[in-house]
Formats: sequence, structure tokens, C-alpha cells
Amino acid sequence: MNRHAQALRIAIADDEAPARSRIRDLLEDCATSFALEIVGEAANGCALIELLQHTPADVALLDIRMPEMDGIEAAQHMRKLEDAPSVIFTTAYDAYALKAFELHAVDYLVKPIRLRRLHDALSRVRSLTPLSLEVLQSLTPEPRRHLSVQERGRVLLVPIDQVLFLRAELKYVTICTAEREYLLEESLTRLEQEFRDKFVRVHRSYLVSRGHVESFERGAEGGSESAWTVKLRGLEERLPVSRRQQHVIKEFARI
Amino acid sequence: MKSINQNGHRDVLPDFRNLGVILRVVLIVLALSGVLALAQAGSWQAVLPRFLELSAPVQPVLVLSILALSGLSGWLRSLEYWAGIVLVVLIELLVASVVYRFGEQFFGGDATSQLERYWLFIVVATGLILYYFHLRNRALSPALTEARLQALQARIRPHFLFNSLNAVLSLIRVEPKRAETALEDMADLFRVLMADNRNLSTLAREVELTRQYLSLEELRLGPRLSVEWHTENMPAEALIPPLVLQPLVENAVYHGIEPRSQPGVISINVYKVREEIHLVLRNPYRQDGDHHAGNKMALANIRERLALHFDAEASLKSSITEEAYQVHIVIPYRKEAR
Repeated sequence: MNRHAQALRIAIADDEAPARSRIRDLLEDCATSFALEIVGEAANGCALIELLQHTPADVALLDIRMPEMDGIEAAQHMRKLEDAPSVIFTTAYDAYALKAFELHAVDYLVKPIRLRRLHDALSRVRSLTPLSLEVLQSLTPEPRRHLSVQERGRVLLVPIDQVLFLRAELKYVTICTAEREYLLEESLTRLEQEFRDKFVRVHRSYLVSRGHVESFERGAEGGSESAWTVKLRGLEERLPVSRRQQHVIKEFARI
Repeated sequence: MKSINQNGHRDVLPDFRNLGVILRVVLIVLALSGVLALAQAGSWQAVLPRFLELSAPVQPVLVLSILALSGLSGWLRSLEYWAGIVLVVLIELLVASVVYRFGEQFFGGDATSQLERYWLFIVVATGLILYYFHLRNRALSPALTEARLQALQARIRPHFLFNSLNAVLSLIRVEPKRAETALEDMADLFRVLMADNRNLSTLAREVELTRQYLSLEELRLGPRLSVEWHTENMPAEALIPPLVLQPLVENAVYHGIEPRSQPGVISINVYKVREEIHLVLRNPYRQDGDHHAGNKMALANIRERLALHFDAEASLKSSITEEAYQVHIVIPYRKEAR
């Protein structure tokens, strides 16, 4: 708790260099009335999370529309950090997000940012309650572009395009890419809803990446001879297709 | 010709030089011949031969009329509406008589009062066509068209406005000169956006405007945005509806450049082939990009404005090739009438 007496550590994420430099100027102006320190800058969400892994901050000023990973997705992954910063969103204009911010009383600043508003937001920041995952998810209609997992005190980002399939375990979901597997604390049903366009359920416990489906085969391995399996590009193993999900095969045959 | 409705609120003959008008005339005449053939033929099998038989005397009149009317179009349209109609009918009768005189053998020798009946057909057909254009003109009446054009006027994204203002603010302390230029570019851009954009502009002005817009985006996006212009073969004085190129480039930046971290190239190619102006715009394309509803709306908007100005003579096509998104616009080459 004694860190409250120290300078407020601030990280900035914005894809536009002039926008970052504007925030730096404003923060310098703020610095005359209270102690703060800029610990780093990032040009997108992924870079910000990488930065925060080794340089903790108290506040992240987070632009919404950024390449690679937008601000709202970054805020979701940042919750898994050991020492997660509070988030203040910044945006020039985003009709959808602004509406959602008002609805959930999320703190945000519109660009161009006024010194006064930035000052107020920063002085409130220590009393902010962290945003819940549900609220963060309701701020955007877009599915995430990465999944994040905690491993040995770090947050690892797995680009959704690299995921071959997702398998439900007892309490976890296993993410499988061509390189390795990760454990994720989310439900397969939620993931199925979010990634409807990219993944398809072939079995009670399997979601496979639509883009990686190579072929469907019948009775290739042991078991009953009429069982279907699916072959994914980049994966030796065949995954089972349950009887209930066989309609998926027809869906692919049509394409 | 400044805009399709330059003549304000009075009735006016169609512009017979316009490809869309010519196409409509041809289709109506063909349809009339078809109906006539259907009525006269004794059986289904006889319809086609009858149609061809009818076409023999009709086609030469059609071709000659179109030539005559498109040649006289400017003069006819400058007359009173009723005088124009009378003249058009007279021209048609004259053309019909000439064709009848030189092509009597097509009409079969035995028929009596063949010419009178021929004339009657011509008068009816001409009347129907002019009436159709009269109704169409009403439907696209100036007030209505203007309202539509106004509603269709390209709007700049608020996203761009506020981000640009923010970028200019960031320059004021360190590079005041650049900030000044940027604000001047912005003023020019908004002057055009807020102007009455129902009249045609020139290619030179449209390209200049787009360059000013891009210099603002370059300020914001830095090395992420690079632009290749190919305007060596562009006729600067050619007429184009204002805000056709700029919104397309804005789309290209929003969907093609901003969602990427790596630098991307937008290429803009403007050239003239025969009597047509081509505008070709290319930008990087990402398969899983954010949905393109906004983009489709902008394209539909521009397409409709092109149609209101040039009818069927203009076209807009968009295509996706490998890694690039391309928009190709063709408009007829028109110059300021002086």
C-alpha cells in the first residue's frame, strides 16, 4: 500500500505516434500538480502486455482502435497479469464503445484529451474498481484475436489463427497449436459462441479451426468402423466427429 | 452539361447523346415490335419470323433516328419543351419517309396505305418513348434528385476528424509550422465537404483534395502509410462528381492501412482511355478484417451518385485480388462546356 505515496506509474498504448506524444505533453503538464512517471509506451495491445510483464504500471491509458490487438481485448488479457494496472480508455470516436462506456460507467477520455479531464481521471484512478470480464466483453462486438494463458507468473498470448483445436477437459480447455498445448480457464461453450466464425464443434469436447480442416475420414482408426474423424492441417492425430455433429461434414462438403 | 438537372424545374427532353437514354430507346422499340409480333402472329412458331419481318423496316429508322437526335440533342433541348416534342415527331416522320422511299421492297408491294400505317406506328412509338422519359424525369425531378444527392453527399468519418485534430495538437508545441500547414489542409478539406456538392468538379481539384486529405493521414500514421500516385495520363480538366476519390481513399486508409502494424501502400491510378476516365485504387487487404459494412455503404453511395450524374455510362467495380482490394471506376470523359 505504500506505493500510493510514490509517483503514479503510467503506461501509454496508442498506434499513432502523434497521439502518444500528445499524451506525453499533457502528462508533463499534470506532473506539476502530482507525482507521476511514464514507464513505457506501446503501439498496440500485444506490445503493451509485453511491456507490462517486466515493467509494472498503476495505470494504462489505452487507445481502443489499434492494429494486432485493440485496447478492449488488451484490457481483458491484462487482468491476468500479476500486478494488473487500472485502465483508462482513450478514443477519438467509436460509437459502439462510447455507448457501452456510458452504460457501464467505464472511465474513458475522448481525444483530443483535455488536460483537466486527464487530471481528474488520474486522481480518481486509485479508487477505481477493476473492470469485470463481462463488462469488458460487452464493450465490443468483435471476438478476441488472441487467447491468453498464465504460465509461471507470465501471461502468454496465443494468436487465435494459430489454434488448431480446443479440447474441453474437466475444469480447463486445452488450446492446441502446431507447436504445443496450453491450458485455458474458460468454458468451451463460451468459446464456441465467441468464435463461431472461426471454429466449429465436431464433438462434445472438441472445437476445430474451420480454416485448418483438411478432410473427414471414415473409420480410420480402431473403434467402430462407421465412426468419422477429422484431419487438420499441421496435425498428425485424427480427432473424433460425434454422431450428433455429423451434419458439420455436409456443411463442409458444400463448400 | 453541368449536372443532370441543370435546367431546373421545367420539363426537358432527354439527352439523346447519353448512352443510358439510347439504350432505353432501343429497348422500348424492340419491346413494342415484340408485342406487335405477338399480336399479329398466328402461332407461337410464327412470332419470331414475324418479329424479324417487323424489324427490317424498324431497325433502319431506329438507327437513323438515334443518329439524328443525338446530333441535334443540344439544340432540341434548348427549345421549349412542346416545340422540341413536335420537332422530334417531325424528324421521326421524315426519317420514316426516307427509309420507306429507299426500302420499299421490304414492305411488300401489295399493301395499300402502307406508309400511313407505318407513320402511325412511328408516331405511337415516339409518343410512348417521350412519355416514358417525361415520367422518368418527373420521378427524378430536380427537387427529389437534389434531396437524394444531398443525402448521398459523402461524409467524413468523425474518427478521422478527431484523430487529425489530436495529431495537429501534438505538433503545436514542437513543430508549429507543420501544424499550420495541417490546419490549412483541414480547412480546405472541410470547405469542400460542406460546400454544395451537387455540381460536377474537375479531376484536378478532386486529386488535389485527396492529396490534402492524405497529407493529414500521413501526419497521423507516419511511415505506416505510403501512397503511389499515377496521374501522368490524367486529363486535369475532365469533370467528375466531387468527393468520389477522397472517400474511397479514406476507406482504403481505414480498412487497408490502420488495422496493420506493418507499412502498407495505397496506389491510385487515374488515366484516360478513348473517351473514358478510369480511376483505379488499390490497398492491402486482410481476410479477417473488421466487417466491411461501412465500406459497402460508401461504395453504394458513390455508385448512386455516379448514376445520378452519368446514368449507365459510369460504372464502379470492386474486386479482391490475392492480397489487395481494388476499386475501379469508369466515367465518361466530359469537359467543362465553354
